[in-house]
Amino acid sequence: MARIGASVYTSHVPAIGAAIDLGKTEEAYWKPLFRGYEFSREWMRSHRPDVIFLVYNDHATAFSLELIPTFAIGTAAEFAPADEGWGPRPVPKVIGHPELASHIAQSVIQDDFDLTIVNRMDVDHGLTVPLSLMCGQPPAWPCPVIPFAVNVVQYPAPSGRRCWNLGRALRKAVESYDEPLNVHVWGTGGMSHQLQGPRAGLINREFDQAFLDRLIADPEGLAAMPHIDYVREAGSEGIELVMWLIARGAMSDSPPRVAHRFYHVPASNTAVGHLILENVR
Amino acid sequence: MALDKPYKDIPGTTIFDAEQSRKGYWLNQFCMSLMKAENRARFKAGERAYLDEWAMTEAQKQAVLARDLNECIRLGGNIYFLAKIGATDGRSFQQMAGSMTGMSEEEYRQMMVNGGRSIEGNRYIGEKR
Repeated sequence: MARIGASVYTSHVPAIGAAIDLGKTEEAYWKPLFRGYEFSREWMRSHRPDVIFLVYNDHATAFSLELIPTFAIGTAAEFAPADEGWGPRPVPKVIGHPELASHIAQSVIQDDFDLTIVNRMDVDHGLTVPLSLMCGQPPAWPCPVIPFAVNVVQYPAPSGRRCWNLGRALRKAVESYDEPLNVHVWGTGGMSHQLQGPRAGLINREFDQAFLDRLIADPEGLAAMPHIDYVREAGSEGIELVMWLIARGAMSDSPPRVAHRFYHVPASNTAVGHLILENVR
Repeated sequence: MALDKPYKDIPGTTIFDAEQSRKGYWLNQFCMSLMKAENRARFKAGERAYLDEWAMTEAQKQAVLARDLNECIRLGGNIYFLAKIGATDGRSFQQMAGSMTGMSEEEYRQMMVNGGRSIEGNRYIGEKR
């Protein structure tokens, strides 16, 4: 049977992708950030998953206002890095896992989560920047990736409670898959940031650190936090953090092992947070 | 009964909800069209003529021509869509975000390096700083 071995959490700022692609990671501005992911790239080599289930949001790339799915699962064989207006990032194409993705869709929909199934989709920085941070610049990504896009562009995003429960349903789905796969679930986006209006540039370290503490130790309590707290305290785009609760909800009920924790301000307009949690077997 | 919108009292912030999305539909779809290189070239060659192909209001067109992102957002624009205009102009996300704050590009960048805009005094409209 398949199992979930670990979960990874990270911000997915586009400027981080640009810094990697343009060879700026050793510059004084970026160096402290990339140093925080050195452990993570080593960890990826020693804990290589068979499949990554990657929760992220599309930034008006694959989905315009014509179609706004709250939860969309990518069931295609491959996904191309998108041209977001600056040309596509020079990164490998993303190989999917159509069998596991379709299995998860069928299981989760029968558990009352009405997913949108996507068989053609380009993936933007929300998905490729976490892969770059965790894997560096390989000629191919280390394993298949199932993209799972959450609407956080048009308010309201799904609630924290809904995301947490979806994570539980995802765990059940993975554990009912016959092949002995080691699946990692990644939650991306956040942390505090606001990209619009006179309050742009908002950062709230206390909120972010408390979010990390509670995600580790009290995730179900954290899942009860209402949207307004994210928006007011962590900025209009800080609401992306609800996506981390999907990954956390997919973890085992016993306390996880914290393999890595990192926090840095700033990356462009954003606070960067990062956690690696392992299921203890 | 009206929907509860508790986010209306956050200073300097417009939440892109269903109401804003309805207002800004064509403005945002125009932005989306700039994802294609040939549309970027046509827009650059004649901004007004390109805008006139879209069912946008005159105020929305003027806000785009002036690159007034706060006004674009007030009129229903969403930052992830408006970012396509920035990409067309060759501006970074930080330059775009900074342009909405009344700060110079350098002041904004320095504020971020210093840890960003504080939450203190920025939770509620009218709150004492």
